[in-house]
Amino acid sequence: MPLVYAGVCSHAPGIRGRADQADPAAKDALYAAMDDQRAAIEATEPDALIVIAAEHFANFFMNNMPTFAIGMADFYNGPIEDPAWLGIDKFEAPGDRNLSERLIREVMQTVDVAYAEEWLFDHGIAVPLSFLTPNFDLPVIPVNINCQGPPLTPLHRAYAFGEALRRAADAVPERIALVGTGGISHWPATPDSGKINEAWDQDFLDRWARNDRDALLDYDDAQVYADAGQGGFEIRTFITVSGAAAGSVGSVHHYEPIPIFAVGCTTASYDLG
Amino acid sequence: MSLYYVQKFLYELNRSPAVQQAYTADRHASLDGFTLTDEEVEALTAPDIGKLFHLGVNGQILMHFAAFHQIEWADYLQRMRDGIDEHGPVREGVYAMTGYEGVDAHNARLRQQNDNDETNGA
Repeated sequence: MPLVYAGVCSHAPGIRGRADQADPAAKDALYAAMDDQRAAIEATEPDALIVIAAEHFANFFMNNMPTFAIGMADFYNGPIEDPAWLGIDKFEAPGDRNLSERLIREVMQTVDVAYAEEWLFDHGIAVPLSFLTPNFDLPVIPVNINCQGPPLTPLHRAYAFGEALRRAADAVPERIALVGTGGISHWPATPDSGKINEAWDQDFLDRWARNDRDALLDYDDAQVYADAGQGGFEIRTFITVSGAAAGSVGSVHHYEPIPIFAVGCTTASYDLG
Repeated sequence: MSLYYVQKFLYELNRSPAVQQAYTADRHASLDGFTLTDEEVEALTAPDIGKLFHLGVNGQILMHFAAFHQIEWADYLQRMRDGIDEHGPVREGVYAMTGYEGVDAHNARLRQQNDNDETNGA
């Protein structure tokens, strides 16, 4: 079936773990936006949810760092972090090994991808799932892009990966929803945690909503680091969703910097028509 | 300098209850098999969060090590700032791309950039 949903959201651990330290109105508005995203996804009646993440050394390390990886298991566990620290209890999320394998085989026709038959979800996937499938009753297919350990995945390859995922999702009979998660500008887990470059974020989101491929790829890592912090490297997940929705334009449903969450909290989606 | 192995140890500690138990039982012994300098061993066993940040450990790894030691979030951030003040800019790794000059200097540089952008009409 054609892809049924393509969107993005934030995944910062503070969204759950430091919820009590945020401005209540800002937190409530974000949580309401995440609830709206869940409702929008549920309305598409998906059979599975692909989560494109930028995991943070939970499963993949510099001893063997994949440029792209896709999960291929019938279940996944999380969170890898201390549940009290993250504010999310231990869970088991369903996967679909058979569906994963069919998607991976198709993606591999154009993009080299690693597969993983085990995967411990960190906050990059656990935080979005805690809102989007809070009962863990929708099969999840985790996807990772190396946004953490340089040399990083080139942006144009992230876009091409999105196009490959789209082709794969369209080729299977299941109804596939797809969500990219990551930060825009942020300096997570550093002394500058809480700094957010709102102007940079708004400019990026404008490029994203227009799905302007040339503009989305017109960044280099050194400048991203200077303007948007190392967390800005996670724009790869957003750009992959743009590739999956090539030809569609999107809308930003929510954007608000919340310093204690260390990021401009965002939800957005493409109109797949 | 063996930042790779410092981070490899912390990566394994963060994801493995068995490594966490070994570290808790005997911090020095748990580092056997990792190629580390005396300075790195000292920072990992103390633990010295500020020193580890100065050495270049990625915050996405370091923050979980701090949480493992029951170090609260605000205290974790302050320890990194203190580490930069005491030891100087980050030596290696992702944050060494700009040396990580410290919060005040970083803020001042970003303000200067924004002012320049406005002056230039960007």
